[in-house]
Amino acid sequence: MMDPETRQALFGYALRLGDTSLVLGHRLSEWCGHAPELEEDIALTNVALDLVGHARLLLAYAGEVEGEGRDEDRLAYRRDVLDYRNHLLAEQPNRDFGHTIVRQFLHDAWAVELYDRLAGSTDAGLAGIAAKAVKEVRYHVRHSGDWLIRLGDGTDVSHTRMRDALERLWPCTGEMFERDSAEDRLVAAGIAPDPAELRAAWNARVAAVLAEATLERPADGWMQKGGRRGEHSEHLGYLLAEMQFLPRAYPDAVW
Amino acid sequence: MYTQGLDGKAERGVQSSPGASPRLVSAEDLHFQERIDAEEKIEPRDWMPDGYRRTLVRQISQHAHSEIVGMLPEGNWITRAPSLRRKVALLAKVQDEGGHGLYLYSAAETLGVSRDELVGQLLSGKAKYSSIFNYPTPSWADIGAIGWLVDGAAIMNQVPLCRCSYGPYARAMVRVCREESFHQRQGYELMLALATGTAEQKRMAQAALDRWWWPSLMMFGPSDDQSAHSAQNMAWKIKRFSNDELRQRFVDATVPQAEFLGLTIPDPELRFDDQTGHYAFGAIDWTEFNEILKGNGPCNRERIEARRKAWDDGAWVREAAAAHAAKRSRRALKKAG
Repeated sequence: MMDPETRQALFGYALRLGDTSLVLGHRLSEWCGHAPELEEDIALTNVALDLVGHARLLLAYAGEVEGEGRDEDRLAYRRDVLDYRNHLLAEQPNRDFGHTIVRQFLHDAWAVELYDRLAGSTDAGLAGIAAKAVKEVRYHVRHSGDWLIRLGDGTDVSHTRMRDALERLWPCTGEMFERDSAEDRLVAAGIAPDPAELRAAWNARVAAVLAEATLERPADGWMQKGGRRGEHSEHLGYLLAEMQFLPRAYPDAVW
Repeated sequence: MYTQGLDGKAERGVQSSPGASPRLVSAEDLHFQERIDAEEKIEPRDWMPDGYRRTLVRQISQHAHSEIVGMLPEGNWITRAPSLRRKVALLAKVQDEGGHGLYLYSAAETLGVSRDELVGQLLSGKAKYSSIFNYPTPSWADIGAIGWLVDGAAIMNQVPLCRCSYGPYARAMVRVCREESFHQRQGYELMLALATGTAEQKRMAQAALDRWWWPSLMMFGPSDDQSAHSAQNMAWKIKRFSNDELRQRFVDATVPQAEFLGLTIPDPELRFDDQTGHYAFGAIDWTEFNEILKGNGPCNRERIEARRKAWDDGAWVREAAAAHAAKRSRRALKKAG
């Protein structure tokens, strides 16, 4: 039997992962029908489908751990900005294909290391979800990494665009490796991996791909933080307003 | 999803149409028609009359364009789907349409045209796509109505295409039809949730049926006596059933489904005819259809603008990908040499 503090920490942890997957999947789904080429339309939609799929599993699990009867849709559609726990990186707008790829790669490189370790979690629920997710995320990081290389080492125009996107999004990466007291508890129980360990693996992976893309790694300056505590950018409110419109407008309806 | 009878002049082939002056028929023409009559599949390297090739390029590319443009009205609701299950289903559906576009363009390429050329024709406004996608999707119920009615109509048209005489097209259609029939069931299930839901949901569902019913009937193309392509395409076994036959089948299948939903089909003349065993329905207003074909539909401009924007915005990406591929092969050559 899990003690109440660990249970609460596990709920928050699953919520952060679920929200990050949902918000990023939502962003990618905005590309559907509008990508630079048909193959990429299909590929981006595939990744979006995987991410929303992970979000469903994680949010359903969070609701189960919480034990207050909230299901995946209740958590996705009836919480406002203050209660969302996704990374700031995930909510950044698509801007152009270059920003989308940079955002995706920086996330994927984190997610693949995370799920790889989380598959060995002492918590069977999380371990099961991670074991499924990691297989998909391995493809995602190949896809986004390949595009990062192509566009970084493509034309002068594409190189400049990728450099700018990298500089713009870099300050959102620090938050992915934060550790709070809830995570201390989970790490100690073998439920969650140590963020410091993730950071080392992420650094190595990012460095290798950036080198091949002929892009310089931006300096680790001031980092934007707060998404994990419900302190978000202006972008998330619009995303949620759009996503939640129907259940909010027709609260009694079942769809 | 696709419709028939979109545009253009009839193709002339081996058998000239009734009343036209007889043409010289070559031995190749005769042999080709014998193969068609024997239900043999025609493959890309086989000899075929120019008219057959042109007709197929036009039909397959229009079909591909329709899949691609068709992603837009449904894509309009991906970010607003009311549950995560619905969101995933809609994303997967729109992605399927993209996949259909991809392998239909590939089927067209086996006839000697490039995808870039075909896409260019779509973007320039020269090529047609199914008019149905020039209607808007203002409510969530439109997603259900498209699946139920538009995909339902498309299936009626497309199932016979699985036996089309041109092998690559016929084979592509087998997969397309499997996925479309899944979409159709999914759309109907969505409508059912609305029709059995709150009063507001039921209102959405009825309004969507009101808007999509007649355009869905128009998807089968003009009546047989007005249809330019029919006779030759039947002889070539590109087409197996007439527009009116397929339209009747669709009405017969769909009316009981609407009744089960408790929704009303917007046709006061609709009634079951005991003598024919079919539903009789009111006259179709072709004025609207023709106006939309001319470019005056509610969304014609938006649809093409969206496709052009995606293409133009993506130019730097495609250029960079090509430049990178060239760099890679130069490096590989250097390494090998």
